[in-house]
Amino acid sequence: MARFRTWVGIAVAGALTLSLAGCSSTGGKRAEDARKAAAARGAAAVTTPRWTFAMITHSGDGDTFWDIVQSGAEEAAAKDNINFLYSHDDEAQQQAQLVDAAVDKKVDGIIVTLAKPDAMKAAVARAVKAGIPVITVNSGSEESEEFGALTHIGQDETIAGQAVGEELNARGRKKALCVLHEQGNVGHEQRCAGVKETFDGTVQNLYVTGTSMPDVQSAIEAKLQADTSVDAVVTLGAPYADTAVKARQGAGSDAEIDTFDLNAKVAAGLKEGTLGFAVDQQPYLQGYQAVDLLWLYKYNADVLGGGKPVLTGPQIITKEQAAALEEYTERGTR
Amino acid sequence: MSAAATTDERLLRTSPLRRLLGRPELGSVVGALAVFVFFAFAADSFLRAASLSTVLYASSTIGIMAVPVALLMIGGEFDLSAGVLVTSSALISSMFSYQMTANVWVGVGVSLLVTLAIGAFNGFMLSRTGLPSFIITLGTFLMLTGMNLGFTKLISGTVSTKTIADMEGFPSARDVFASTLTVGGVDFKITILWWIALVAVASWILLRTRAGNWIFAVGGNQDAARAVGVPVTATKIGLYMGVAFGAWIAGQHLLFSYDVVQSGEGVGNELIYIIAAVIGGCLITGGYGSAVGSAVGAFIFGMTSKGIVFAEWNPDWFKFFLGAMLLLATLLNAWVRKRAEAAK
Repeated sequence: MARFRTWVGIAVAGALTLSLAGCSSTGGKRAEDARKAAAARGAAAVTTPRWTFAMITHSGDGDTFWDIVQSGAEEAAAKDNINFLYSHDDEAQQQAQLVDAAVDKKVDGIIVTLAKPDAMKAAVARAVKAGIPVITVNSGSEESEEFGALTHIGQDETIAGQAVGEELNARGRKKALCVLHEQGNVGHEQRCAGVKETFDGTVQNLYVTGTSMPDVQSAIEAKLQADTSVDAVVTLGAPYADTAVKARQGAGSDAEIDTFDLNAKVAAGLKEGTLGFAVDQQPYLQGYQAVDLLWLYKYNADVLGGGKPVLTGPQIITKEQAAALEEYTERGTR
Repeated sequence: MSAAATTDERLLRTSPLRRLLGRPELGSVVGALAVFVFFAFAADSFLRAASLSTVLYASSTIGIMAVPVALLMIGGEFDLSAGVLVTSSALISSMFSYQMTANVWVGVGVSLLVTLAIGAFNGFMLSRTGLPSFIITLGTFLMLTGMNLGFTKLISGTVSTKTIADMEGFPSARDVFASTLTVGGVDFKITILWWIALVAVASWILLRTRAGNWIFAVGGNQDAARAVGVPVTATKIGLYMGVAFGAWIAGQHLLFSYDVVQSGEGVGNELIYIIAAVIGGCLITGGYGSAVGSAVGAFIFGMTSKGIVFAEWNPDWFKFFLGAMLLLATLLNAWVRKRAEAAK
């Protein structure tokens, strides 16, 4: 045991020496703090009662996209003097139970995603019956009205895919690869199907293991080596676009890399020209608008969309817009 | 009784062929050849040098972890936390460098210490509690998964790390962990070298050192090993730290190759490492296997997963093909081994 303690001591001492030894004069936390000092967060701008809104999504753990939705919702909540509760579960049954819990808590408004509508139907009906206004976001544009929600805010995945297909046509592409990082995800299939609908060339699907970046890279690389006629690669999530760029290098291909969704690296890639374009559904807007619309409903009985979904995308982002967006992707709101 | 000495089976001279048949990796080598020949015919582009480099890269990222996981399995234990430990290692390195605004090599060093400490924790808990390694490392797996996410969100404010590509020390660290070497006009990833080095070191430890004997002994029969003076606890802690060391290399590759690390990654990879070790001839019950075998297992996995892409089969069936190939390879492996043991 004594020897064990000695080793722990040596390890701690070693770590301290190491951290004192070398500091980086570029990048890192210090650079970020400087940036943050400029953009301070706002406080409540209204004096309405402090209502409680709950948001329940189908997000898995550690999803960048939902992080941005959440940050949009939180900033709107701060402005509207809302007590904002966020919870998520990628299992539909668990998500429905979270909605039930929010109803039991008698919250003043519920924001929910309908990735698996059938499983959510009863829970949403219970909320509506209890007189709690419900807004659906992101997925479920078809079921939203039927389930009794006020409005749906989000992007139609098929329409987003179609926009990609049209953009690929405009760029004169002939053979595209659609990279799906979650086998069996309905939204992903809809996106690739949308691309197929409008694209004049051919589209092939490639399934990769999204939880392992080296696997994603080597799979795309292998595909580009096997089929050298592929001249466009479309990834369905921002983190995979950069990996696709690496795969392109490895395969010595000159295919254009395009992607759904946006993050700091994608914005930088667009600016440098290593990426062709990104199609953004503006997740920040989905969170922000949902909270703001619920507030408007409580305050002023306003509704938006007239029963039709309010679309937050697709917005095609190319080199021109990327430079302006870089700052916002850096702080995690685009 | 001089006749008895000469008939002692341990002193019998065996032919080189017999000895070859007794090797644990033989079945997997035959399996690897079968998979290789199969894809060479099924996919035109499979035999190109660039394609083989891609396959080797895919194999190496699995192989780097399959080597220490195989050693651990020979020592009779499991590690279900190996997959997420790779992600943890990358996250620690990245976030330490970023938050301290330190030279990235400092983060790499801290990550090594912390990762080894997690490995030691697994081994220490195992020896202290006497619970099966399945439970201990399942606990570690869940805790690490939560910590990866929780700490990253707490420290970075988002679920992925910030970029450290513009920080000092990044270029040299990338050279070590994620560079590309050009040999004869073909690009090879440096992970392949790390992989070969790990296999060589692990083989040396297993076959030429006292620690190697200890590993076989504790995996074969722990109580008997303890009775003859093998330091069982130290051996097991060492094996878990070996897995942690592998996770550190794989994690640093992840970080310096992709710059930004997603905190939710790595879940599920632990099974792939175990599969590679099992295909390579390691017995799930311990006491039998080899480092070279784990490399062959990883190679079979790399060939299968990428060969399906090269062959351009319908991707809807991807997982099915993968499963069928793995099952066939393992069955062939088991069959060859049975033959080999019968011939002994």
